[in-house]
Amino acid sequence: MSLLEVRNLFVDFSTPDGTVHAVTDVSFSIAKGETLAIVGESGSGKSQIVFAAMGLLADNGKARGEVLFEGRNLLALKQAQLNNVRANDIAMIFQDPMTSLNPYMRVSEQMTEVLVLHKGMSKSAAHAESVRMLEAVKIPDARSVIRRYPHECSGGMRQRIMIAMSLLCRPKLLIADEPTTALDVTVQAQIMHLLSEIQQEFGTAIILITHDLGVVAGSCENTLVLYGGRILEYGPTRDLFASPAQPYTKGLLSALPRLDEDGEELHTIPGNPPNMMLDIKGCPFAPRCTYRVAECAETMPPLVNFEGGRLRACHVAIEDLK
Amino acid sequence: MAIADQKVQEFSERLVTAEEIKGRSLWQDASRRFFRNKAAFASLIVLTLVVLFTFVGPYFAVWSNEEIDWSVLGQVPTKGVPSFESGHFFGTDDLGRDLYSRVIQGTQISLLVGIIGAGIAVLVGTFYGAVAGYFGGRIDSAMMRTVDILLAIPYMFILILLLMVFGRSVLMLFVGIGLVSWLGMARIVRGQTLSIKNKEFVEAALVTGVHPFTIIFRHIVPNLLGVVAVYATLLVPEMILTESFISFLGLGVQEPNTSWGALISQGASTIQYGTLWQLLFPLFFFVISLFSFYFIGDGLRDALDPKDR
Amino acid sequence: MSEAETMLSVDNLKVYFDIKPEGAMLWTKPLRLKAVDGVSFDLKKGETLGIVGESGCGKSTLARAVISMVPSESGRVVWMGSDILGLPVDKMRPLRREIQMIFQDPLASLDPRMTIGEIIAEPLKTHMRNLKPKEIKERVQAMMDKVGLLPNQINRYPHEFSGGQCQRIGIARSLILEPKLVICDEPVSALDVSIQAQVINLLTRLQKELGISLIFIAHDLSVVKHISDRVLVLYLGNAVEMSDGDELYMRPRHPYTQLLISAVPIPDPEIEQNREVDLIKGELPSPINPPSGCVFRTRCPRVQEKCAKEKPVLQTIEGTHQVACHFPLD
Repeated sequence: MSLLEVRNLFVDFSTPDGTVHAVTDVSFSIAKGETLAIVGESGSGKSQIVFAAMGLLADNGKARGEVLFEGRNLLALKQAQLNNVRANDIAMIFQDPMTSLNPYMRVSEQMTEVLVLHKGMSKSAAHAESVRMLEAVKIPDARSVIRRYPHECSGGMRQRIMIAMSLLCRPKLLIADEPTTALDVTVQAQIMHLLSEIQQEFGTAIILITHDLGVVAGSCENTLVLYGGRILEYGPTRDLFASPAQPYTKGLLSALPRLDEDGEELHTIPGNPPNMMLDIKGCPFAPRCTYRVAECAETMPPLVNFEGGRLRACHVAIEDLK
Repeated sequence: MAIADQKVQEFSERLVTAEEIKGRSLWQDASRRFFRNKAAFASLIVLTLVVLFTFVGPYFAVWSNEEIDWSVLGQVPTKGVPSFESGHFFGTDDLGRDLYSRVIQGTQISLLVGIIGAGIAVLVGTFYGAVAGYFGGRIDSAMMRTVDILLAIPYMFILILLLMVFGRSVLMLFVGIGLVSWLGMARIVRGQTLSIKNKEFVEAALVTGVHPFTIIFRHIVPNLLGVVAVYATLLVPEMILTESFISFLGLGVQEPNTSWGALISQGASTIQYGTLWQLLFPLFFFVISLFSFYFIGDGLRDALDPKDR
Repeated sequence: MSEAETMLSVDNLKVYFDIKPEGAMLWTKPLRLKAVDGVSFDLKKGETLGIVGESGCGKSTLARAVISMVPSESGRVVWMGSDILGLPVDKMRPLRREIQMIFQDPLASLDPRMTIGEIIAEPLKTHMRNLKPKEIKERVQAMMDKVGLLPNQINRYPHEFSGGQCQRIGIARSLILEPKLVICDEPVSALDVSIQAQVINLLTRLQKELGISLIFIAHDLSVVKHISDRVLVLYLGNAVEMSDGDELYMRPRHPYTQLLISAVPIPDPEIEQNREVDLIKGELPSPINPPSGCVFRTRCPRVQEKCAKEKPVLQTIEGTHQVACHFPLD
């Protein structure tokens, strides 16, 4: 059985200017210990999927569909039960660690609080466990760092503290929402390295939400490509990168300047991201797609399995995407 | 320049066909949000009606605000009651003067005091605060310490002193209220300016070499007008209350002129004779106007602050 | 490109900031933050110089100091043959016309209360006061066309555009006076990948068309390498290496550059998952109290005794390749 299964998830936001269809008919699953990357640009709805699953949507947002975690539908749970799941089974880390760390509390207080509250540990045991966890995320001199306030730590260190905190209750699933976007490349490399170590050590499944294809390439087994709130392609990362089966994925990969290659002109995807206020009947990428056919503007292509474990949503035949 | 000229040439030809699209400014967005706010919109209507009443009302008045109806004098509780027959729509006051005309006149004065007080605050406070905030450093310190010192003086005391020394007149009231009203505004505007001047678009203007005062008027002031507008609408009732308080003390406008404060004061003092209307009519206008200003202020704040959406 | 004239020459530029320590009293001596500590470089006509470094390395401060937006401590900035460092504001103003800037946050760099026509026209109104409104409008629309915006959108407001379009507006504003040098401060780091490529291509195309020089600041090494003729690597306010982009990537000589390149992920699972990433150790030292000698020595895998005593200077070791290291890599 898969650890988390999302079935036909829709997320809508009602704003004064109209309804924003942030996520439209998204289904996927993640197995125990798997790493899945959700890749998409800003406004693609990648973060809203997990926000909806975790019950963290903004007040004007509404989620429909099913999010099954070990068979239980998270969307139907009561707040208290959901809190329980969030505390013990699913942990989340964000782009900006400062938003989830309390600036007025020492790191030690914030970490031990979690353990005392959810695991019923004694204060001293919780403190010892916290130090152990900080050491596990390779923070040098953890005993002194734990006494600091969040603002006294560097950005990379704060993200490590967040990861340590999220691991305290040994979650089965770790959701990382753009964990390295605010960090420098050298620090990013450290954090990504740490995440893969954690995954091996604790057997935690990881959902990595990112816009950075480079990060995905190095760390994830499977990749989900999202555009305009819809899944356009899904598959093992290696295959997806080696032979993208959807025009958007293809365009995205070739638009990236690469350090190991020398190109004169970058390949571009013309046009601009879709307006999510509009009701898009067809494929959201159609207006920018160079392969589009008449059908693309009319109907959204279904997500179909075309090759062992790979899914794509496109009206154009793969052979024609060369 | 050659490339540009050539381009311009090509361009003017194509321009003929291209229709220019009208943009939707932040102000238009805000006004749309404002009018969707029912309380604020209703308040705006109420306030408009009150203002309209002060202009149109006098044409229906039978009595002026200073005429004394001798037939009523001495028998106000019985003959001075509000009635259409006698022409005293709102009744008369204790001296037999027509309350209808007096309420209109009082409303005019009170609204004028509020609007002029807030107006001075907007003009002086915005400019003062924007200059202090933009230039920063020593200039900022000197200007803001001056404001602090002025704020530290008990202004009610100064106001009362002014009215005693220079005599009680509406003009003196305006001067007194105008002197203090801009201080708070200057502080708020300075704070906003400090955050706006660090925005990249101000830096972009600086890199281009735009003159500092042009930057203040073109980039900074328009971007803080939202806050100014909110604060100004909340300042109007504050000014009205100040004036009312002074009039209540008997130091405000001079007879036969009146204001809400003076009318309410008189109405309250005669309440034991059973002339309740003398209190209720001015109080009604006073309360609905103040409520309206507060609701409009709240509505403006919600409309102009896009973070709250 | 080597025959072209030198437009800008920066020599030993230092930018220090005074900051008050925590709980400082009026008389407490402020601490000196060495944001830029003696950086030199030249820029030729039509050339693109990339400046890379991590946050806090002083790359944005360096660029702003060059155009006197930030006061400098010492050094020389020679623009077209004359020293412009510390010029009074009114002497500096005509030069603002020749050097323009593009900013990181596309939306924040545009005044939300102005239409994009007014935004793009602002430099024109500032420097060419005798232009008629009709001429201004024509030029603005021509420029909008050039950067790929529909000229009929002239009356719209910034919030009605996407990030990529906003950056195009910013580019139009910076080019309308036909400057000789444009400083791009992380112009694509806030943009999505698909839009980033559009903006990079636009910048390179316009640069070729107009023959302008660019200083391109970014933290993304792959973007910088793509667009730049030469790349300057900064670490903690010091220039550690400068070279032609390909050469820098193929044969980094400074240990820091090598670690930086190694940290950049390659969007190819075949390469990325089989590659050994050299992780940089430790934390970035504080620029208030930088290490003695070589600033990178606290994190350097090749550190030796000499590094703590002597500060290495940027030296040419081969062709145009310059490095500041006592023990450069081969």
